[in-house]
Amino acid sequence: MSLVSSEMAAAVGSVIDWKVSYPVAASDIRRWAIAVHYPDPPPRRFCDETAPGGVVAPEEFNPFAWMVASQREPLVAPESRDTDRMEKAIGIAGPGLRNQVNGGTEVSYGVPIRPGDVIRSETRLVSYVEKTGRMGPMLISVTESVWTNQDGERVQVERQTAIRY
Amino acid sequence: MFSVGQEVAAGPRSSSFPEWNRFAAVNDEFVPIHMDDDAGRAAGYPGAIIMGRLQWSYVHRLLREWLPPEGRIEAVALRFRAPTLRNALFDVKARVLAVRSGNERVFADLEVWVENGDGVVSAPGTATVSVPAQR
Repeated sequence: MSLVSSEMAAAVGSVIDWKVSYPVAASDIRRWAIAVHYPDPPPRRFCDETAPGGVVAPEEFNPFAWMVASQREPLVAPESRDTDRMEKAIGIAGPGLRNQVNGGTEVSYGVPIRPGDVIRSETRLVSYVEKTGRMGPMLISVTESVWTNQDGERVQVERQTAIRY
Repeated sequence: MFSVGQEVAAGPRSSSFPEWNRFAAVNDEFVPIHMDDDAGRAAGYPGAIIMGRLQWSYVHRLLREWLPPEGRIEAVALRFRAPTLRNALFDVKARVLAVRSGNERVFADLEVWVENGDGVVSAPGTATVSVPAQR
């Protein structure tokens, strides 16, 4: 029996999540840079507002940590560590598999994030692929999140692969 | 700037709660397996394990410390094959696979990876970086 129901197959290509950040603060960027460069000092361009070009965020900076200004509310509330979170968000039943691991992340970068930017992320479901592995039936889901800033400029495109089994 | 076969490495290091707690504080990632050896053991590991996103940051850090100020990270991809344990040695490395010239910039396609103290790759990946073309 397939892990991908007709409802799940029909959801491929659709938006499954969106969120909008609060305006990015210079201190958010500075603290991120300090954390990922610790115990060494972070590069000046992430901290010093007098640096040429002003402060920019490290490429991998996450503007959605802690809290967001607005987001899509899931149609069905997920449970803690729910592997069907993605499907519940759009109101359909998931495959009900027990475990989920990160199968990989791919990001292509556009314009950098700067203090004051408001970042919007929109995530689409790209594909479901079924495989059989050592642990039994597996479902590989790929999602794509496009981040844009308040001027509509593309900040990054992230493809995330989730493996459920 | 770029030559095929060129390698860069961050140098062997380890990390533990001083680094992980700082990252959890900026990424809201206070997950028990990254905070507590007992929670790591309960999940089947020998102890607490590093956040995948911190390893992701360490790959970016290697690239930006290698590139000149006008350099740019264009893309990064990474797969998390095995966890890195608390206080375990690891290194982040990159190798230039190809160099391409565009109108405005020169691009290098790289193999990037995180390896453990025995040289076993725990997170393989790829990246593309660029610098302005010289005129």
